Amino acid sequence: MADLQKLTIGKAINLGLRRAMEEDPKVLIMGEDVGKLGGVFRITDGLQKDFGEQRVLDTPLAESGIIGTAVGLAVRGFRPVCEIQFEGFIFPGFDQISSQVAKLHYRTQGKIKMPIVIRVPFGGGIGAVEHHSESPESLFAHIPGLKVVSVSNAVDAYWGIQQAIKSDDPILFFEPKKLYHSGAMKSEVDTEATPDELFKSRVVREGTTATVVAYGPSVKVALDAAAAAEDEGKSLEVIDLRTLSPLDLEPVFESVRKTGRLIALSEAPSESSLTSEIAARVQQECFYSLEAPVLRVTGFDTPYPPAKLEEHYLPDLDRVLHTVDRSLAW
Amino acid sequence: MPSEHWTHPEPGDGPAAVAAQPSPEQVIAGLRATSEGGAELTQLLTPEGERISSPRFDRYVDDIDAEALKGLYRDMVLVRRADREANAMQRQGQLGIWVPLLGQEAAQIGSGRALRKGDMAFPSYREHGVAYTRGVDLKEVLGIFRCTDHSGWDYKAHGFHPYTIVIGNQVLNAAGYAMGQKFEGKVGDDDSEATICYFGDGATSQGDVHEGFVWAAVYDAPLVFFCQNNQWAISEPTERQSRLPLYQRARGYGFPGIRVDGNDVLACLAVSRWALEECRHGNGPVLIEAFTYRMDAHTTTDDPTRYRLSDELEEWKLKDPIERVRAYLARGGGADQAFFDQVQADSDAFAAELRDYCFNMPEPPPDRIFSNVYAESTPMLDAQREEYLSYLDGFVGAGEH
Ligand SMILES: Cc1ncc(C[n+]2csc(CCOP(=O)(O)OP(=O)(O)O)c2C)c(N)n1
Repeated sequence: MADLQKLTIGKAINLGLRRAMEEDPKVLIMGEDVGKLGGVFRITDGLQKDFGEQRVLDTPLAESGIIGTAVGLAVRGFRPVCEIQFEGFIFPGFDQISSQVAKLHYRTQGKIKMPIVIRVPFGGGIGAVEHHSESPESLFAHIPGLKVVSVSNAVDAYWGIQQAIKSDDPILFFEPKKLYHSGAMKSEVDTEATPDELFKSRVVREGTTATVVAYGPSVKVALDAAAAAEDEGKSLEVIDLRTLSPLDLEPVFESVRKTGRLIALSEAPSESSLTSEIAARVQQECFYSLEAPVLRVTGFDTPYPPAKLEEHYLPDLDRVLHTVDRSLAW
Repeated sequence: MPSEHWTHPEPGDGPAAVAAQPSPEQVIAGLRATSEGGAELTQLLTPEGERISSPRFDRYVDDIDAEALKGLYRDMVLVRRADREANAMQRQGQLGIWVPLLGQEAAQIGSGRALRKGDMAFPSYREHGVAYTRGVDLKEVLGIFRCTDHSGWDYKAHGFHPYTIVIGNQVLNAAGYAMGQKFEGKVGDDDSEATICYFGDGATSQGDVHEGFVWAAVYDAPLVFFCQNNQWAISEPTERQSRLPLYQRARGYGFPGIRVDGNDVLACLAVSRWALEECRHGNGPVLIEAFTYRMDAHTTTDDPTRYRLSDELEEWKLKDPIERVRAYLARGGGADQAFFDQVQADSDAFAAELRDYCFNMPEPPPDRIFSNVYAESTPMLDAQREEYLSYLDGFVGAGEH
């Protein structure tokens, strides 16, 4: 029977975590301030109160420590869910992620599993100081042995976090922090439904003029652009990538074969990134269907600027429409 | 297993008790026995404003007569006033965020005023008071929090490195800088240079801080590690980072550690001068734990009511760093009401100037995004810049802006 709840993305993750913890006593949450405070974004709110300090660990302030001990806990049979406070602070843990989390399964020929989830609030648009607005997901997608997903709505957030926790592979779970508490992004979540597969991308709006592929916070920008384009008589197909590693590009190929045009959208810098990979694969698979080169709308190849400039840095609706026009002008 | 370095006493234990390995409850009680900061706390001015003598440290503040103490008082009042103004401006939407220093004025002014021109300070992000002592215009600090800039000041001219937000990163950077001072022969006598590095109690858990201790020790770097233990790392208390009072960790790395009353500006000045002198003479590094308290939220986005008790705050209010100096000056006759009124007026003017500047701070132009990514720009980035700027021009041309 359908059990519908209208949830923000943040609340959906909270409920997803709660349900995963109820179902499996080996699930642990660990991170800075995740207990009493409920995390700086309050995503783990109330969990320590209900599950205790040994299942929701307020850890010392050390990301290498959080991820490195999660590795050991996983070896011992736990399923740690690590919270990184902001994406810019994941780098002290990068060594553990790339050297151990990603490779232990391979190095031990499958004897050791790494059922670790690393939750990373990411992206800009919140007017923050340095290191609080970045999009480093491509760096992780580049590391074999890791899986990377990014959610853009409450339904995927609720189910995605549970599926990630159930997975025996290590997963980086990128959460669009700007949308955590957005009322506009509230959606109805059926907590009894059968969820979509985790590693599948999805067409979230159908169209015929051009395809826009995006993930995380950019999906909203793509959808807004598609709504605006409609007023101009253009019909954009929007695909939410959802899974960044492995990339599920079949729906993208299919869409490009239909529209002949692709715009890849992301807040991350463009050089050597996920959007680079998408462009390469699409030209390889859809060469004869393309009416224009794959174009990209991304952050610039600069460090994230002071937030007073982020409206320029972040791809917005206008830049997407401008790029659609460039594609059509080809 | 007995722990020979465990010297933090139970309340009422007398000096430097050496106890057996404490239970977790004792650890917590010990680390948070905030009453006096423990028997080994260096203090020169009590919370009641009484000057107590220290055979070891008095000589480092011999020159601090009533006039000089009034100067330290004024410094503290000014930076507190600036801090409160910035906090208010954040509430009014003029700043994106603010990181309050309330309660940490003595630690910052005392240590900052111990520095000399050739010295270098590596701050984290709360060191507005140290910035002030280094001659950095606090307006430039405001730019960071209004998000117009990542860092404004000339680090070299002021001997004050840019703020570092990633916890602990600056500690290794400071170690490297201090190694450089040593390699260049700037260590060895009274006129030598030293470096001071600021970080919090939470930061001591980071690998970078541990590595910084190791490097500074093995290269005998002239580096003073200045840990402001304000008891909290956002919601996590010190006992979530350590089972040992933090100053005692230094011993494991082979250099001295000392705990000073971080709310006592005179003691902070004295201990910092001593530590810097050790460094100048090639006897560094030194770890100072300034035992203090964060009297406000972690930042303006934090909600401390979720994790700490208000009586803790009330207890610490009695140890206010400014009030004790005021009491001392008033009682000892070093200052009259006119002085206090003048400082109050000066601080109001100082705050008004900041406010005025903040409200009128220029917005950075869009092409700032692309400048200084590299010392020598790249063709690709230049092209990106051109393309974006002409895209923006297009808007103006089309009358859409
Ligand atoms: C590497 C890293 N992880 C997490 C954060 C988020 N964060 C900012 S301040 C802070 C607490 C710092 O506490 P402490 O070191 O005691 O310094 P305080 O702010 O109390 O002065 C945390 C967790 C960060 N800035 N950098």
